[in-house]
Amino acid sequence: MINTSRVHRRLIANRIAIGLSFAAAAIGLGVLALILFTLIAKGAAGLTATTFKEVTPPPGQAGGLLNALYGSLVLTVLGVLVGAPIGVLAGTYLAEYGRGTRLASVIRFVNDIILSAPSIVVGLFIYQVMVVPMHHFSGWAGVAALVLIVVPIVVRTTEDMLLLVPGALRESAAALGAAQHTIIIHIAYRAARAGMITGGLLAAARISGETAPLLFTALNNQFWSTDLNGPIASLPMVIFQFALSPYAEWQQLAWTGALIITAAVLTLSVVARLFGATGRTS
Amino acid sequence: MNMQDIVDSKATVPALAPAMQEEKVSIRGLSFYYGATKALNCISLPLYHKKVTAFIGPSGCGKSTLLRILNRIYSLYPNQRAEGEVLLDNQDILDPSVNLNLLRARVGMVFQKPTPFPMSIYDNVAFAKRLYEKPRKSKLDGRIENALRRVALWDEVKDRLHSSGLGLSGGQQQRLCIARAIAIGPEVLLLDEPCSALDPISTARIEELIDELKREYTIAIVTHNMQQAARVSDYTAFLYLGELVEFGETAQLFTKPRESRTEDYVTGRFG
Repeated sequence: MINTSRVHRRLIANRIAIGLSFAAAAIGLGVLALILFTLIAKGAAGLTATTFKEVTPPPGQAGGLLNALYGSLVLTVLGVLVGAPIGVLAGTYLAEYGRGTRLASVIRFVNDIILSAPSIVVGLFIYQVMVVPMHHFSGWAGVAALVLIVVPIVVRTTEDMLLLVPGALRESAAALGAAQHTIIIHIAYRAARAGMITGGLLAAARISGETAPLLFTALNNQFWSTDLNGPIASLPMVIFQFALSPYAEWQQLAWTGALIITAAVLTLSVVARLFGATGRTS
Repeated sequence: MNMQDIVDSKATVPALAPAMQEEKVSIRGLSFYYGATKALNCISLPLYHKKVTAFIGPSGCGKSTLLRILNRIYSLYPNQRAEGEVLLDNQDILDPSVNLNLLRARVGMVFQKPTPFPMSIYDNVAFAKRLYEKPRKSKLDGRIENALRRVALWDEVKDRLHSSGLGLSGGQQQRLCIARAIAIGPEVLLLDEPCSALDPISTARIEELIDELKREYTIAIVTHNMQQAARVSDYTAFLYLGELVEFGETAQLFTKPRESRTEDYVTGRFG
């Protein structure tokens, strides 16, 4: 005999679970929609050609975000260019050469700690080892702080993606007489490529919005500067400074900057997703 | 069977083995360990030149382990270790000084599941060739066509050589893996249950292929399927619990096994 009351109870429990899941999803998406809506409503108003043509203005004058956009671009690109290769090599060691060794598990543990370290700690560290001895803030110090954030992310994604490559694939390459480095470069990297690129893009998205590590390193710059030996502007720093200011023009620029940075991060994340998706199907 | 028979049959390599056959690979007193676990115990048997030798036995008997020693693929894993002698053309391949990459170029292997590399069909076959030489494009094209023809895959893929090898069916992928293995001209071919992931039609094609390939290569095949062993092999080795129970000509081993355990296994009474 089937106990119908039990079946009925299960049906109700199922409906409650579905309802709660929907509610949770709606809250999450609702908040996200609200943020995007606010950003567009407040930021789009200030988005003109001037935003991309002129540098940040003194209080009470009109201006743009050119120096901040340039600084953010340079810092992010350099951060990824320096950090990603280090991360890929370290991740390769963990997944391929050091697999199962004590050293690898120690490195993995330390990497996880750095990965979850608050980014302001990274900024303070670079301040102590670079800014203090050099006696001035600099773009290079900012790059170094961002590299420290990129490396653990890329180490993690590289290792995870390489571990997903089936052992049988490595064995069949070895069975053809391929040396270990050949197997890694031509087989494992190729099989893990989509995931590894996704990791790099996600790291780029992450650092392009970081403020804390730049606070004591790259600082900020009100003027046009391409000199990485001196303080350099960046979008997150300009947003931080302008949003807290009492001037309406500055506040407007902060909203516009926030919109630009969100759009950029969103684009990077979508591209990363697309890469991940094509990697799985091909 | 009395005690003396058991001792005799264990101690001798097949009385029926024809003396004329040339031994391509001679396995002598081979034991194998996974860490502290002994997986093979003092195995001795020959692989005859240009013949197919099947390794049969129930799961966990050590037949795949034995195959994985013959190209030293186990050396990828630090806690696996072999003792004894495996002579390939009278040279001991277990010797630490053996160059493993060169050994594996001479002893090719095809695995249970098809393992096409994530690259085009063409590059899959070219991969191994490019490890050893930098052939000119025209020469390479010829070699690749030849290898794909040999596994009867050419007609099916000639119009899409540069599309991904992952897009082929399971049976085609397995033939691609065999093409890849023979493209570098090995002398011995190891097949580790090459049909276990394939449908009956693909299996039949691979079996035909094995028959073709033995004209040129010494082949060792691990199989779970006794009909397959009976169909494709010239010699059969029956392993049980890490021991070689019986080795002999396939027809003899299946019809007139000398060991009662072999008879029980091939007639399906256990395993």
